[in-house]
Formats: sequence, C-alpha cells, structure tokens
Amino acid sequence: MKRVLLIPIALFVVLLGFLAVGLNKDPHSIPSPLIDKPAPAFRLPQLGADGKTFGPEDMRGKVWILNVWASWCVSCRDEHPVLVAFSRTNTVPLVGLDYKDKPDDANRWLASFGNPYQIVAVDADGRVGIDYGVYGVPETYVIDRNGVIRYKQIGPVTQEVLDQTILPLIRKLST
Amino acid sequence: MKRLTLMCAALCLAGSVLAGEARPLAEDPVVEQRMIAISEELRCLVCQNESLAGSHAELAEDLRREIRTMIRAGKSDTEIMDFLVARYGDFVRYRPPLKGTTLLLWGGPFVLLLGGIAGLLLYLRQRNAQTDAPLDEAERRRVAALLADAEKRNVSQ
Repeated sequence: MKRVLLIPIALFVVLLGFLAVGLNKDPHSIPSPLIDKPAPAFRLPQLGADGKTFGPEDMRGKVWILNVWASWCVSCRDEHPVLVAFSRTNTVPLVGLDYKDKPDDANRWLASFGNPYQIVAVDADGRVGIDYGVYGVPETYVIDRNGVIRYKQIGPVTQEVLDQTILPLIRKLST
Repeated sequence: MKRLTLMCAALCLAGSVLAGEARPLAEDPVVEQRMIAISEELRCLVCQNESLAGSHAELAEDLRREIRTMIRAGKSDTEIMDFLVARYGDFVRYRPPLKGTTLLLWGGPFVLLLGGIAGLLLYLRQRNAQTDAPLDEAERRRVAALLADAEKRNVSQ
C-alpha cells in the first residue's frame, strides 16, 4: 500500500523537474535553422551613403557581426552601450541592419546614442529580415570567413553574452 | 409585433451592410483563401500562441504579404511552407514533421498512455490476486455484536 502512495509523489517530483527546467528557459529563444548555413545574400542601400550598397559578400574572408536593430526598438537601447564599447576594441567589423525603420529616425538615433557600426544597411520593408529569420529585434549574427552563420543571438547582446559566447567564438573563427 | 418585424428587418439590413464592408481588401479572393489556409498552419513568432493568420503583429503582416507574393508567383503550398521553415525552423509549424528532434513531442503522449495502461493493469492484477483472509473467532463475534446492535436500533426507531 505504501509503495502505491509513492507513485504520485514520484510523478509530482518529475513534473516539478520539468517545470523547473521550463521556468529557466526563454520561450522566445528558438533555435535558428540558419546556424551553420550560408548567410542569405542581399544587396541593400547603406545608411547615410548616397548610392552605396552593402551585401554579405563584401565581407568574404572576414569574420564579422551583423546586428539587426531599429530606432523604434526599445531593447536595442539596452544593448547599444555594449556594442559601442565593443566597436572601440576593433575586434571584428560590426555591420548594422536597420530593420523596418525610417532613415531620418535611424540617423538621429545613431547621432544621440553613438554609432558602433562600420556600415549600416537599410532594410526598409523587412524583406532581408525575413530571410534571416528575424522575429524580435535586436538580433545578432556572427558570420565566418566563408559567409556561414555560426551564431545567432536573439534579444539584446549583454556584456555576459559578448564575453562568454561571442568573443570566444570570434577568437576561434579568426585563427 | 409590427415593431419587432421592423427591428428584425433593420438588424438583417445592418448585418448585410456590415458584411459588405468587412470583406477582405485583397484583389484576388483565391490567393487570399490559400494564404489564409497556409497561415493557419503557421505560428506567429511574435505572439507565439496565435496563428499567422490571426496575428496583428507587424511581422505576421509582412509574412502574409510574402506568402501572397509566393502564391502569385505560382509556388506550391509545400514550397511556401519550406520557405518559412528554412528561416524560422520547425517551430513555426503547428504540426511539425516527425524526425529526431521532434520524436519526444510526437511520441511522448503515447509513451505516457502506455505507461498509464501498464500501471493500471499491474494494479488490477495485484488487486485480483488479493484473497480475502477468513475472519477469526474474535472478529466474527464482533461482527455479530455490531449487526445485532444495528438491528436493535432499527427496531426501536
């Protein structure tokens, strides 16, 4: 009889375990199918550079970071100081993808918060964002020398993510 | 009664007028219908408990626009589904395909069901195997006393 009583308790403990794991997971961070796939090609106008365009193939042979942001995006402000500090270290090129934004707003935003980007490509209608599986700005991609996406950060890049994940990966890819 | 009829007529009329206004703005109803059929199978990634068809998120609107474009370009439903899965993963599908990573998702409920059935069978077998131990003399006397007591009370009532 006592052993039968243990069964619901055991089931409850298992359930508790599942719930505990579930609580610590972010339901918004969905594994991207683009990891280890070539970065989708595009050709977009550059922000503040009349007539100049940018595409991922311009970065061939370099490890680089593509950061999707927008002036209307609130959490982009959270990660911005981290990106500005990162750009000062001149580790790898940081390219911005200004997602569904107005160029004037974007320029004003960069003027007031600082511009960490070497180049900013303007994705006005969000088509390139769809190709990159963007669903919550900011998102950040680490792309290797062969143009393959090696890492995707959904949500703001924190100092912790940068130090513990992105920088070690960049070091590994650069050697 | 006359007033009621009038009210009913007014209501019906209002309905038809509203229906006329609420018709989708798409130029091509066939495209729209296919788009809705496809996007009902897809999850909106911004508000994850809504389908792509029902979501008002901006991304959902963009994706519906993209699906419309693909339908007009003559793409099949499978091609469109593959396009979205390639970008957002199996998670966008309400019915993900059966493969290694989704095995637990598809199989889990059946494993639980089998576990439940096995537990129930085990319990039932155990219960059936239990034989009633015969009463000893003291217990028998107690039963007789209790029954007699109950009888007495019934009579007195």
